[in-house]
Amino acid sequence: MCQVDEEYNGLLESPVASSATKKCNKCKETTAALVLKPGESLCRGCFKEHFVHKFRAMLGKNRIIFPGEKVLLAVSGGSSSCAMLNQVQEGLGQNAHKKLRFKPGIVYIDEGCLLGQSTEKRQKTMAQINSLFKMTGFPHHIIPLEMVLNLPPSVLEPVHLATDDPAGSYKEAVDHFMQSSPVHSVDPRVDRSELSALTDATNPQLIAEAQTQTLQELFSRVKTLTAKEDLLHTLRRHLLVSTARTEGYSKLMLGENCTRLAVKLLANIALGRGAQLAVDTAFCDPRYGDIVAVKPMRDYTAKEISLYNYMWNVPYVFIPSLETKTADKSSIQRLTESFVVKLQVDFPSTVSTIYRTGEKLQTASVTEDIERAPLKCLFCMCTLDTALGETSAFQATLISEQLSNVGTTPMQASLRPDTQTKCGAPCDQQDGEEHCQAQAVCCSHKGGDSMNLESLLCYSCQQTVKDMTSVEFLPQYIMSEAQRRNRRSQIRHEISEFLLTEDGDSPSIKADS
Amino acid sequence: LAAAALWDVLGILLGGAELLFDGVKEHHVTLPSQSEPWNMKQLLVWIGQNLLKERPELFVQGDDVRPGILVLINDADWELMGQLDYELQDKDNVVFISTLHGG
Ligand SMILES: [Zn+2]
Ligand SMILES: [Zn+2]
Repeated sequence: MCQVDEEYNGLLESPVASSATKKCNKCKETTAALVLKPGESLCRGCFKEHFVHKFRAMLGKNRIIFPGEKVLLAVSGGSSSCAMLNQVQEGLGQNAHKKLRFKPGIVYIDEGCLLGQSTEKRQKTMAQINSLFKMTGFPHHIIPLEMVLNLPPSVLEPVHLATDDPAGSYKEAVDHFMQSSPVHSVDPRVDRSELSALTDATNPQLIAEAQTQTLQELFSRVKTLTAKEDLLHTLRRHLLVSTARTEGYSKLMLGENCTRLAVKLLANIALGRGAQLAVDTAFCDPRYGDIVAVKPMRDYTAKEISLYNYMWNVPYVFIPSLETKTADKSSIQRLTESFVVKLQVDFPSTVSTIYRTGEKLQTASVTEDIERAPLKCLFCMCTLDTALGETSAFQATLISEQLSNVGTTPMQASLRPDTQTKCGAPCDQQDGEEHCQAQAVCCSHKGGDSMNLESLLCYSCQQTVKDMTSVEFLPQYIMSEAQRRNRRSQIRHEISEFLLTEDGDSPSIKADS
Repeated sequence: LAAAALWDVLGILLGGAELLFDGVKEHHVTLPSQSEPWNMKQLLVWIGQNLLKERPELFVQGDDVRPGILVLINDADWELMGQLDYELQDKDNVVFISTLHGG
């Protein structure tokens, strides 16, 4: 810090440098080193204090992570998740002010296969990540994306735990924790013995080349970068949740920052992901049931994080992604990001405004999610927004889509979610049974060979699948689960037809869902 | 001002911004002498012409840095230093950090 001051002193004479000697708004003594937001400039010391406080406050306020609980940190190597890892390390340190008391582990997913990286390059990256993780002393799991092909279909079913009042159970956990173990026993290093076994199990050399090819085949069938990013996000999330389950973690910590979430919120709207808005951007994401995803970095802007990492030498590894070196218009996500950061230049409250709007959406829909509608999307595991009434905007979209698609080739038509809706809507109004038989061609019980995937997906995930030329390379766990769900709804459908006679004049297919 | 003076500037690129510079993070640069001091605006033009290896629009937009790329001059936010109008001094240290997803 002193060094910086000295360097400024030399600049005092020059006219522009006068602003460089601006004092910190907080301590009013030291020279400011950064502009947090207009009118708020902080010195390095106050910035660090502000940064650290925000992290502990976020976790403290939400009371979601119990003392002694095993928490899996998803670290991509990027600045945001590495700052998160750094904050957890500091928070567990002996001299931390508001000490964190959970047991962290780290997971890294290597996506090099999608960037066409050679095995050597991937191993080099994983070795870099490995040494970064080793320094923390936390148990860590380095997993190639190919492992997603080995997931069980059960990963797509949320696991529901019998939960009572969360506030009460938090208190219980604290009490239990205080009684059973003195604070210092939560040393993260106790798990070190597990470490070697885990890293061996995920040795990158064990990736079969065939699996790499399968994934590459899958992504080569996706036509747009927008859909590629979406599909990758989906698969990555399944792998993270599954890893957390098999390794005995009950929380998943994600490093998404406020800028990222603002971009995601707008991109979600553009992608038709209305149903996911709330859980995707809220602090707490309960969609997986037993594994709760939390986002402790959601109050930090990308600028705060990058500056913190730079000023305090937080190590991170730059890992190229699908978006690397792509133009602003290459995908909806990329375009939204460019829109938001450009707006941010002239209107510095852009990100926080978007983000606060997101917070308002949160409460209502999150509770709705848990209580209502048991049908979940096969991909993103959010409540199906397609199981709606006939008068919904979604049905209107479908009808106009069907009308505008009259005369498309059968190849294209087979990819459309027409089965349920085409048959469902008219069946409701006219005498169900006969009509349904007449239209049997379009019903979902048509036959086993054409998978009715889209009826199991939310509107947005349907768009992703529509951007794929073929679904044949989708991982087996997704296909098996889709078959199972299709069979189940088929049986439900048959039963509902049977029940129509009893029910008189209001037969409804929706009633069985 | 001494017109003959050369400005030695250390430029550092981070957060993926280095990818547009052949992956090289540190650039020791000696700016050619000119009658008045170099400012950041001129430095950006010079970087675009002499250091950038590809996709200039991913680094410079108009005569400013691309939104989402942070600039630090001697380890301080350039927003405190007059941004594009900042007059470079000899041995200045300029850091560019991309905060964009994927660099
Ligand atoms: Zn201060
Ligand atoms: Zn979905």
